[in-house]
Amino acid sequence: MKTKPITTLKSTTVALPVTNVDTDQIIPARFLTTTTREGLGRHAFADWRYGPDGTPKADFVLNRPEAQGCRILVAGRNFGCGSSREHAPWALLDCGFQAVISSEIADIFRSNALKNGLLPIAVEESVNDWLLAHPGAEITIDLEQTTLTLPDGRSVTFPIESFARYCLLNGVDQLGFLLGRDAQITAFESTHP
Amino acid sequence: MPPQTLFEKLWNQHLVCPETPDTPAVLYIDLHLIHEVTSPQAFTVLKERGLKVRCPDRTFATMDHSTPTLTEQVFGGVPITNDSAARQIARLEENCREQGIELLDLQDQRRGIVHVIGPELGLTRPGSTIVCGDSHTSTHGAFGALAFGIGTTEVGHVFATQCLLQRRPKTLAIDVTGELPRGVAAKDLILAIIGRIGVAGGTGHVIEYRGDAIRALSMEERMTVCNMSIEAGARAGMIAPDQTTFDYLRGRPFAPRGEDWDRAVQRWQQLPTDAGARFDRQVEIDASSLEPMITYGTHPGMVMPISGNVPSHPGDAVFDKALRYMGLTAGESIRNKPVQVVFVGSCTNARLSDLRQAADVLRGNRIAGGVRMLVVPGSQPVKQAAEAEGLDRIFVEAGAEWRESGCSMCIGMNGDTVAAGQYSVSTSNRNFEGRQGAGARTLLASPATAAATAIRGRVTDPRELLS
Repeated sequence: MKTKPITTLKSTTVALPVTNVDTDQIIPARFLTTTTREGLGRHAFADWRYGPDGTPKADFVLNRPEAQGCRILVAGRNFGCGSSREHAPWALLDCGFQAVISSEIADIFRSNALKNGLLPIAVEESVNDWLLAHPGAEITIDLEQTTLTLPDGRSVTFPIESFARYCLLNGVDQLGFLLGRDAQITAFESTHP
Repeated sequence: MPPQTLFEKLWNQHLVCPETPDTPAVLYIDLHLIHEVTSPQAFTVLKERGLKVRCPDRTFATMDHSTPTLTEQVFGGVPITNDSAARQIARLEENCREQGIELLDLQDQRRGIVHVIGPELGLTRPGSTIVCGDSHTSTHGAFGALAFGIGTTEVGHVFATQCLLQRRPKTLAIDVTGELPRGVAAKDLILAIIGRIGVAGGTGHVIEYRGDAIRALSMEERMTVCNMSIEAGARAGMIAPDQTTFDYLRGRPFAPRGEDWDRAVQRWQQLPTDAGARFDRQVEIDASSLEPMITYGTHPGMVMPISGNVPSHPGDAVFDKALRYMGLTAGESIRNKPVQVVFVGSCTNARLSDLRQAADVLRGNRIAGGVRMLVVPGSQPVKQAAEAEGLDRIFVEAGAEWRESGCSMCIGMNGDTVAAGQYSVSTSNRNFEGRQGAGARTLLASPATAAATAIRGRVTDPRELLS
């Protein structure tokens, strides 16, 4: 099964200068009583984004006019820690984000993001600090070259698991690859206790 | 063969295809545990692609996250208040029926929190790979299993192929020497470890907990330790199997029997890390220097000894924001802080020994006026065992609510929540903002600390009541 290939992404950023953003903030558990993956964007960062009566908080970054249309979220170290809920990347994608940048991204969130076409980009602390200090900067992420280019033309490379990168670039889904290993799986099962 | 760690042995024994620079390893999964919240979308994908669950006999389902804990809702026919939770439960029943997966439904007397029932039923075994769409799957590592949480797309991968694509994580040895002092619990130990290495200290690693203090722990205590590995960012936490492990498992409903049991034990005895095996990192902790621990902030790494004062980090806006959320100020003591809610429950601390520890403190006492205390057993068998020894009466006579099993107030998506602004001393695993309800202020602690706090209505060191 093919997915939409991703090669480059050019966008302005939204900066959330908070460390250890956990998936309970990205989407609180009370919104997980769903059986679909659609429509979760309106609940993204619900407790930071809305007051108790449901009105948007004007001072929260995602609610500011300049955040509208931004497809890259920059956050502090250890983004996506906590629960394994894939509802977190689903909610961010539904909000229009296509990449998350941080100086460290939690393991399960990174894995979930990569399987949904949300790019988890880990950069050095100094680059991340610059991005957090310059919200709205227009940056380019090149998945082919694994580079992130800042507005001044400076480029930095980022690590990304090679197979996940291949799948994203070519619109290949990982389940198809696993299904193609059926013969090896059957052989393994014949001797595995 | 060069000496290997416990993790390396399990990894190598489950490799269907080794990893290459271009492709991750194909890792075989022995046991797939599922629940109502993170499985429906994976079943949908399976159906859309015309696939079946490859190994229904390696898949086991329970319901715990969005299920109510009120007896009248579980057994009395009173409808579940939240329609979408009810739909989620019905969908799991339908999906398991269609795919031939064994499910413990709402009224099953073996049902409970997924990480409590796996070990209890003997499904969790040393040397096996175990996954579940839940980050606290690390709990099962207490048996010398490689157990980790996965997302829903990966739940679909395991449904269809019984395998996962994985890069090999690094290894981190945490050596715990010495002996835990009286009144200091396994929960205090793991909170101290997280405080030491930080909430991202284990990222990219599988932890092996080792040393005399770990060997001395019961299986239930080992589960508490491994459970919170994810709160240090680790992929998994493991403890090598030993006689304590085998004694716990023998005779459990799904444990091997007769000659199969003997052969299994022989295999399991080969699993511990070989002398001379190397870890990527190593950390040492002295158990004898530990005190009861309590969190003061909005992640489990913001933790301190209960006798301590809230630290200060001048110029750290995120730290200050966390203290504002918690209504605490740097430098203040957390002892004697009034609390409104006490929760004893969750996959971290809702096994029989946890309930006994809370009951030992509560026996003959009443909880303070203005405190609401919820005691939620981790499974129905835990509930029955607790009732058989009269623990339920101790809780109820003290003024606590005694509920049916489930995740309850740990996750606040099932009707059990803490109100905005209230302080909750909780035996659960996460003190994230809003985790127990929007605006709730969670202080993580052991069952004994929770019970002592309930009696006084203020944060209390359980050692003051244990004399």
